[in-house]
Amino acid sequence: MIKFFLMVNKQGQTRLSKYYEHVEINKRTLLETEVIKSCLSRSNEQCSFIEFKDFKLIYRQYAALFIVVGVNDTENEMAIYEFIHNFVEVLDEYFSRVVNNV
Amino acid sequence: MVVPSSKLQDLIEEIRGAKTQAQEREVIQKECAHIRASFRDGDPLHRHRQLAKLLYVHMLGYPAHFGQMECLKLIASPRFTDKRVGYLGAMLLLDERQDAHLLITNSIKNDLSQGIQAVQGLALCTLSTVGSAEMCRDLATEVEKLLLQPGPYVRKKAVLTAVHIIRKVPELSNIFLPPCAQLLHERHHGVLLGTITLITELCERSPAALKHFRKVVPQLVQILWTLVTTGYSTEHSISGVSDPFLQVQILRLLRILGRNHEESSETMNDLLAQVATNTDTSRNAGNAVLFETVLTIMDIRSVAGLRVLAVNILGRFLLNSDKNIRYVALTSLLRVVQSDHSAVQRHRPTVVECLREPDASLSRRALELSLALVNSSNVRAMTQELQSFLESCPPDLRADCASGILLAAERFAPTKRWHIDTILRVLTMAGTHVRDDAVANLTQLIGGAQELHAYSVRRLYSALAEDISQQPLVQVAAWCIGEYGDLLLEGSCEETEPLQVEEEEVLALLEKVLQSHMSLPATRGYALTALMKLSTRLRGDNNRIRQVVSVYGSCLDVELQQRAVEYNALFQKYDYMRAAILEKMPLVERGGTQDEEAKESKEAQHSEAAVIPTEPQPCSFCPFPQTSKLLDLLDLLDGTSGAAQPPPPLEPSSEGTSVHLLDLPCVSPAPASIPNLKVFEREGLQLTLSFVRPPGTPALLLIMVTAINTSEADVTHFVCQAAVPKSFQLQLQAPSGDTVPAQGGLPMTQLLRILNPKKAPLRLKLRLTYNHFGQSVQEIFEVNNLPVETWQ
Repeated sequence: MIKFFLMVNKQGQTRLSKYYEHVEINKRTLLETEVIKSCLSRSNEQCSFIEFKDFKLIYRQYAALFIVVGVNDTENEMAIYEFIHNFVEVLDEYFSRVVNNV
Repeated sequence: MVVPSSKLQDLIEEIRGAKTQAQEREVIQKECAHIRASFRDGDPLHRHRQLAKLLYVHMLGYPAHFGQMECLKLIASPRFTDKRVGYLGAMLLLDERQDAHLLITNSIKNDLSQGIQAVQGLALCTLSTVGSAEMCRDLATEVEKLLLQPGPYVRKKAVLTAVHIIRKVPELSNIFLPPCAQLLHERHHGVLLGTITLITELCERSPAALKHFRKVVPQLVQILWTLVTTGYSTEHSISGVSDPFLQVQILRLLRILGRNHEESSETMNDLLAQVATNTDTSRNAGNAVLFETVLTIMDIRSVAGLRVLAVNILGRFLLNSDKNIRYVALTSLLRVVQSDHSAVQRHRPTVVECLREPDASLSRRALELSLALVNSSNVRAMTQELQSFLESCPPDLRADCASGILLAAERFAPTKRWHIDTILRVLTMAGTHVRDDAVANLTQLIGGAQELHAYSVRRLYSALAEDISQQPLVQVAAWCIGEYGDLLLEGSCEETEPLQVEEEEVLALLEKVLQSHMSLPATRGYALTALMKLSTRLRGDNNRIRQVVSVYGSCLDVELQQRAVEYNALFQKYDYMRAAILEKMPLVERGGTQDEEAKESKEAQHSEAAVIPTEPQPCSFCPFPQTSKLLDLLDLLDGTSGAAQPPPPLEPSSEGTSVHLLDLPCVSPAPASIPNLKVFEREGLQLTLSFVRPPGTPALLLIMVTAINTSEADVTHFVCQAAVPKSFQLQLQAPSGDTVPAQGGLPMTQLLRILNPKKAPLRLKLRLTYNHFGQSVQEIFEVNNLPVETWQ
């Protein structure tokens, strides 16, 4: 099950966030900074799946924007990875020139 | 006073223009003030715009609870723009915990029954996000009606809402069971995907539903078949694979349905083989489907050929250069290794390769998998690999790696020497990260391997000489040097190079350990005890050791000080006991550290130092051959204070004594009676033994020694001591007094408890010392004619 969906830029500013499980407001910002920290510390050769606390993070980088999805154990990680790309493509179709003014 | 409200876009630009966190907060606070004012004024035209801005601010993490009532107003408005923002606000701000959320139930109900698809869609969306249990119960029937509506847009949303309803209120599942069958005939992939999710949810929650849906397995197989075999369809294709998300979802459902069910699994076999072989794996989408297929194959009752195919696919994934795929392969292999061990073994070299990955998640998985793959045939090679990994791995994996190696070595060690070597190497490399019981295990292992004593002590000595910082290593080395110091100095051992070690060097090394600031207090304790043991093993004089011991007698650490004081006493007052006490330890059971403590407490009593009993001896009988030697009076105590005898039973078993005293009253009535035995008579003093065998404990014999004095003079300072053969355990209780009054006065009694587990013939020797008629008398004699019932 997807727990949350985040779009965060490299400086750590949240551009979009949707939580599918209740998380307190002040905890959210904390969570987001931690998540972006772990994503930023990865290099290009490392894989896109991070084990973070009790769930998994699947992230994909588009220019200066990170899209991070937090899932629990039952999800197929590669399908989610594909899903993130699908999402970006949909945005791109619907609004032109998506990953531009980040 | 109408302040023109800014559009959402303008606000966003303003916020982004803020250079610092403080500036951003200022901008947002100003805007929030405006929004609050506008809500108070109740401006209907721009309400949605204000709420949209508020929602954006909320997403950035700022409080926005004052917008909740506005959401309600917007939802109730007839305009679509208002409704849209209102519902979005409800989804973000009005979760279950807020009191206001029930108020939207009515609006949702109205909107659901309207005919407009977009509005129905909005309402369904909100219900599926924030619907609480009450709301779901109220609106379930509405949702069910919408499931069979003509338009796929609404049906899709209705199905997803049904999923949420079932999660919140599982009892409502039966409402949604019947429509599912019909929904499976959908052509629209969105609805189909939703239906599959719904069925999955139903099956996960109720076994009855699971049985019901097994009937649709053929249908599912058919759907998947068409998906896989039909050609390119622009609408659903993602890099050549037709709707991978739907495929993955169907595979997951098949997994749930086929688990533990032969029939369904059989229907799926062909399909799974087809998917596994025909999916295009050049792109990620194909790999995702393949991964799910593999998981399904492993979980259902598939044929053996299919399982082998699955493991091979995973092996192929492992060789792929894409890190994601490797990660996924390692995770699933870990799941599979329990059941299909041999199949996974084939891929062992690749797994070991992955250990060297720079990526932390990958190397962790590879480590777990490698540890699971170790078996008796590959243990040497694997530990080699794991040890080289240990040297270079990141610190958070060190502890796991070290304990994994130690565990594997324990289970599969081909020879003891190899085992000792391995543990040694692990301790040298990652000593600080091993578990606490590694030290105990190693000492027990070395203790048990008699032939390897010389070898191990040499290896440990050289390791210690190089580096005294790794605490577990130092502890084991100190213990070994203490125990087998004589072997170290002998000079020759076939298995290592000849190492000439002088006594002085050994002592110097131990002192260095004692003094080093890197040593833990426990390590110091080991070193000090080792020094003491060496005092009996080494041939030189013990001045150096005596010095060290006396210096530590005033150490600040209480534990060390206690030891040093006791050892000092051993040197001075009880020198003759030193050799016996410091003899080689017998092989300890697991839990060796406890026995060491017990040994310490025995020594403490004998040297009469200040004793803090370490732990109340659970068994009041002493199992150690050394210490029982002292109590074994077949070669009697050589004239020392009789104080050694009664205190041991009293001190540690002070609780035990009370138990015995409580025992007695229940013991006296009618056990098998054994005749009393008169054992001694001299000048009016008579000693009689009476025997009791309590029925509950067959190995126990209670002897009551009664002394009666029929002469005219009192017998004073009467002390009776007893000795039994080694296989027995003897305990003397305190006597009732040490004076036996004259002329048949109150007899003195003393209770002996003898434990005879082996039922060996009982032999008993008694020693009496007393003053009678102004003379001190000492008598030693063996009790003959002991009745057979006392020991059989």
